[in-house]
Amino acid sequence: MLTILYDGIAYGMLLFVLASGLAVTLGLMNFVNLAHGAFAMAGGYVTVILMSRLGMPFLATLPCAFLATAAIGLALERTLYFRLYTRSHLDQVLFSIGLVFMASSGVDYVMGSEQQIIKLPEFMQGRVDVLGVSIGIYRTFIILVCGVLVVALQLILSRTRFGSRLRAAVDDARVARGLGIDVNTIFAVTFAVGSGLAGLGGALGAEILGLDPTFPLKFMIYFLIVVTVGGTSSITGPFVASLILGIADVAGKYYVPSLGAFVIYSVMIVVLILRPQGLFARPR
Amino acid sequence: MTVLNQSGKASSEASVIASLSMRHRWHVGEAIFWVCVVLALFALPSRYLLINEIAVLALFALSLDLVLGFAGIVSLGHAAFFGLGAYVAGLLTKQGMADPTLGLLSAAGAAALLGLATSFLVLRGSDLTRLMVTLGVGLVMGEIANQAAWLTGGADGLQGVAPGPILGMFSFDIFGRVASIYSVCVLFVLFLAARRIVNSPFGLSLLAIRDNPLRAAALGIPVSRRLVAAYTIGAGYAGVAGALLAQTTQFVSLDVFDFNRSADVLLVLIIGGTGYLYGGLVGAAAFRVLQDLIATITPQHWQFWIGLILVLLVLARRDRLAQLARRMVSPLLGRLGLAGLMRGGYPSGAQR
Repeated sequence: MLTILYDGIAYGMLLFVLASGLAVTLGLMNFVNLAHGAFAMAGGYVTVILMSRLGMPFLATLPCAFLATAAIGLALERTLYFRLYTRSHLDQVLFSIGLVFMASSGVDYVMGSEQQIIKLPEFMQGRVDVLGVSIGIYRTFIILVCGVLVVALQLILSRTRFGSRLRAAVDDARVARGLGIDVNTIFAVTFAVGSGLAGLGGALGAEILGLDPTFPLKFMIYFLIVVTVGGTSSITGPFVASLILGIADVAGKYYVPSLGAFVIYSVMIVVLILRPQGLFARPR
Repeated sequence: MTVLNQSGKASSEASVIASLSMRHRWHVGEAIFWVCVVLALFALPSRYLLINEIAVLALFALSLDLVLGFAGIVSLGHAAFFGLGAYVAGLLTKQGMADPTLGLLSAAGAAALLGLATSFLVLRGSDLTRLMVTLGVGLVMGEIANQAAWLTGGADGLQGVAPGPILGMFSFDIFGRVASIYSVCVLFVLFLAARRIVNSPFGLSLLAIRDNPLRAAALGIPVSRRLVAAYTIGAGYAGVAGALLAQTTQFVSLDVFDFNRSADVLLVLIIGGTGYLYGGLVGAAAFRVLQDLIATITPQHWQFWIGLILVLLVLARRDRLAQLARRMVSPLLGRLGLAGLMRGGYPSGAQR
């Protein structure tokens, strides 16, 4: 019971790191980016390649996964995405679905369609018993890493100058420009960091979530749930939403496996009917 | 249709009426289009299966056009209705009620009911919420079909769907000749109905809502009720398309609910252009021909090219492309006396 709760929390934390970039682009910048999962997949594959081809240790590949996906995100933002900020949602949806399809079959072409296996270092495998609760060491690691990230993100967004500039740029880009804030750079940096976090999440999660070319489509709905259910006013909303989603999904798969993914979809639809702006948002 | 700059009230009224009735009238170009369809049916006897597929896809895209191009609802889960229609028709046939017309009608009814039930969810919230809810409904339907294996056959699909003769007269043959003629006929009949719908005051009010819901509401148009109606009709159409697929391929599998199917039909409609009814039909033909073409070059990575087409279409600003096409085609049509052909509506790219 407590083990399931613990696994659920780890899963939820992971979802949060994966989706936090989307919470900013979709939630704050109002850009429907269905291709977010593609960045996560890129991070996962960076780790796989570095470990299997270059023999790097798992921990050392994590920063690389972050940096590599952030670079990809930055490049795409500067070349393609920025053109679409002002376009209709339909255009954004079409564009990002197109990117997902290209990424999926591109990876399929280069790496093959099979599930990639990441071999964790010895000291991260296994479980220990703490007060009768069986706790996975790797899951503890995930919770620690993600916890630090959550706190850091929250502090950056609420306490730093960059955070307040970002919030200003998102609230009203024109006024922010008038005040001398370089909105384009801020959006680009934010997008890059968000993609990088997705990549890090993909690398961390490859062992738990699995990694194959269908990853972006398979988890797209999860990311979207986190953002829409969590609401867009703060980073805490998506955080709570991903914890709930993670625990519900793990518990659902354990207790009522026959219902499968049915539970979370239904919960999402019900929440969206009752609170179209998200669980934690103040109705605008 | 800027006709209000006339001097007298009476003459402006008359020209409004004239321009509205222009929309109803059949144009030579449309006739040519359907003659081409019939010719294709007789001239390409080796391609019956392909024609059948195109007809089903065209009907599916037509149903999305009613929802997206006319009502302005962006849907990522339109396959929910397609799949429901396919399973309803397939199951009815397997239960012994093999009359194809009955199958079509029940599929349309079931899908329209689901559309009616879910339309109230779609009305709420922003574009994003709509996306999520339509996507969620599609996934839930797929999951239900997957779990209810006792009914749907689960991952194995429904096999051996053998519909009876159409109207008690024409039996399906193995070459797909009857099937493709049947599909094209159903497509034509439903197209006529859709044409009637979008040119009615009801259809015009949908266009008003799509372009500016606030102003439409201020003009006294019951926005929510109209959107519910449009969504329900679109769902029913999609159900018929699904039923056609089930009857003509005699097989239903879980991939009728696939997300890729919803994405594909969106692409079909985008290729053909939204908001003038022929978009889905032209797009379906172009999509399948393109698919065949690419498959002969690189059979495995069709999806990559779909993605590339989508990205390029968006970057090239499809609304401007549509205008460009219009500007290039309409003088040509005007010279041939077909000026009204491109006038079914405006491209919906401007919606926000």
